[in-house]
Amino acid sequence: MDTLDALTLARIQFAFTISFHIVFPAITIGLASFLAVLEACWLRTGREVYLDLYHFWSKIFSVNFGMGVVSGLVMAYQFGTNWSVFSTFAGGVTGPLLAYEVLTAFFLEAGFLGVMLFGWKRVGPGLHFFATVMVALGTLVSATWILASNSWMQTPAGFEIIDGRVVPVDWLAVIFNPSFPYRLVHMVLAAFISTALLVAASAAWHLLRGRDSAAVRTMLSMAMWMLLAVAPLQAVVGDFHGLNTLEHQPAKIAAMEGHWENEPGAGVPLILFGWPDMQHETTRFALEIPRLGSLILTHSWDGQFPGLKEFPPENRPNSTIVFWSFRIMVGLGMLMIALALWAFAARRGGALYRSRRLLRFTLWMGASGLVALLAGWITTEVGRQPWVVYGLQRTADAVSPVGAGQLGVSLALFVIVYVMVFGAGVGYLLRLIGHGPVAHAGGHPPPSATAGIAALSSTRS
Amino acid sequence: MGIDLPLIWAVIILFGVMMYVVMDGFDLGIGLLYPFLPDKTDRDVMMNSVAPVWDGNETWLVLGGAGLLAAFPLAYSVILTAFYLPLMLMLLGLIFRGVAFEFRFKADEAHRPWWDKAFIGGSLVATFCQGVTLGGFIQGIRVVDHAYAGGVFDWLTPFSLFTGLGLVMTYALLGCTWLIMKTAGDLQARMIALARPLIWALAAVIGVISLWTPLAHEAIAARWFNGSNLPWFMPVPLLVVATVWQLLRQLDKQPNAAPFVLTLFLVFLGYSGLGISIWPNIIPPAISIRDAAAPLQSMGFALVGALLIIPLILMYTAWSYYVFRGKVDPGEGYH
Repeated sequence: MDTLDALTLARIQFAFTISFHIVFPAITIGLASFLAVLEACWLRTGREVYLDLYHFWSKIFSVNFGMGVVSGLVMAYQFGTNWSVFSTFAGGVTGPLLAYEVLTAFFLEAGFLGVMLFGWKRVGPGLHFFATVMVALGTLVSATWILASNSWMQTPAGFEIIDGRVVPVDWLAVIFNPSFPYRLVHMVLAAFISTALLVAASAAWHLLRGRDSAAVRTMLSMAMWMLLAVAPLQAVVGDFHGLNTLEHQPAKIAAMEGHWENEPGAGVPLILFGWPDMQHETTRFALEIPRLGSLILTHSWDGQFPGLKEFPPENRPNSTIVFWSFRIMVGLGMLMIALALWAFAARRGGALYRSRRLLRFTLWMGASGLVALLAGWITTEVGRQPWVVYGLQRTADAVSPVGAGQLGVSLALFVIVYVMVFGAGVGYLLRLIGHGPVAHAGGHPPPSATAGIAALSSTRS
Repeated sequence: MGIDLPLIWAVIILFGVMMYVVMDGFDLGIGLLYPFLPDKTDRDVMMNSVAPVWDGNETWLVLGGAGLLAAFPLAYSVILTAFYLPLMLMLLGLIFRGVAFEFRFKADEAHRPWWDKAFIGGSLVATFCQGVTLGGFIQGIRVVDHAYAGGVFDWLTPFSLFTGLGLVMTYALLGCTWLIMKTAGDLQARMIALARPLIWALAAVIGVISLWTPLAHEAIAARWFNGSNLPWFMPVPLLVVATVWQLLRQLDKQPNAAPFVLTLFLVFLGYSGLGISIWPNIIPPAISIRDAAAPLQSMGFALVGALLIIPLILMYTAWSYYVFRGKVDPGEGYH
């Protein structure tokens, strides 16, 4: 009984700390690239508005980055404190991947962040831009390694098991495991979308309060272009990712769809809404569209895919959770595409900065990217259960021989501290966003003489 | 093959942990010194002196964890389980002080004292817990069948509490001498005045730990006082004495960078002494680096990256320090 409690507590602690953590790096990834683009635009055109936006968003970036660093530090140690059996078993694979992340990404970000945030008066514009690009590159490299590691836990490849632990035999196969490319692209796009929605919502907030400026307009425009490019693409990537999951983790797909069994020769309906009941092995109150499930997952009218009953009960992920987390993600994704198209139409009609209904919708969608991102992670992680390394090690066998008492105490401390610290942090973020971009806040010299002239001659609305 | 992978990795991790101690040591030390300097301008200068670099410094701690997981997963699992509570408290401390860097400058006047306290408390808890862990590590960890077999509070002994105190003194002196180098005028003068008692305190701590460790652990005593080893190890304590003497002398002159460099050297010596005591074990008293080693494929793969990338990291880290060289200008600062 004690071990069961410890397991539950360890899982709650991991879910709690990772959910808090993932939000910050997602915004870090998106904002770092946004800042690099802003600085490039400034260097190219010399328009002050880009520099103003850079200073504005780099403040938000730095607060967010700090929270990402400290919450990530917890993650790096939690694998040992709470999941030591997993670490001993799979450390031969996850350890080197994590080490590469630290070596190639964390140091790069940290090393150049100082220059990026504090070095404006100490290095030239070219070198400063280089620092920004290195920080942005670091965030993407970091995502690559951590997704390689997570994907390997989902679809392990390139290893042997010797003396009860994982021994890597082919590192290319380990890193480029079957689900890695889909997950990586899906996550990076999600980070870009989440950031674009956040930037757009802050612009909408200022416009709705009548604070119209060139900087606010520029950030709304850039964010909406980004959303238009990436939100539909994400739907396509998600579809490919789903097919890949069907191939490698069919139980997860069955749980996501609330699909219990196939009728001989018949296509699988798509259950729009319902309540998967794990006990009675059925999905209650199902609202179905005939054959659509087959069409989406097999791209044919009567293709079938395994139902949950084909897997022994002890190997089934919790369908109630992933059914709904998946629908939240997809539903928000649809709304994002709608927002992007609406904004595009409004732009063509000249109403992008004026339509209050559009701006209000944009504001409401501000956090939707992060909610969808969390829902997506919940889907894939809960869907991997009962395994920690899919098919190799059960989550129940991975937990440290640590008593429930220690786990309970540390969990309580984490909850108190995280709510306090990150609550305050999010408060500061919102307040910074509320201040809005300030024209000529930095008072910095123009990047070059010619760009300076361009800056002087450019008219500011 | 001819390459001794566990040995190379042990050296890399020892190097990483040492980089962490000397680099994050001085910025944690800034937090430890905050209570002595209540003035806001002083505190701004102190924080700005490390703001551009603290994050990179802390990354060495992550490298220590990740390197241990990559090269010695068994050690990673056992050590982190054995020191569960102090390490969790350390992480919580690092959270408070880490966010204080940003929050302190973003908070309004009413809230800033709160983040000052978070910075002080976080630095103190993190440092003390690191020291306690170090002490617990030297005492040894009970391992049965490749898993931690000790209790929840095995790490809690008078010795480990003392090493916790010792590390607080160490980081405080590192922070103090860093500020002597990075500041001028009144703040610098007060740091010079503070350095003297700190040096004496640290010297006393080093002395006590040097006696306590061999007295409490026979194996460590045997290593140090064995006739054939002694001539090799003797320079360590002698150099400690010489460095302390030199440190005190430097304070009488017009000190700048010298006290900081000497303190770094002192920390390096203390660290070497600990290394001598523990080598070649990665989980004292019985599990060696070879017993705990990861599969060779894992060590080899990670080693390629480490050997190629660590020099690069050292280069751009040095460049970043170079960019922010010189005294901190109280008027400057991005915040």
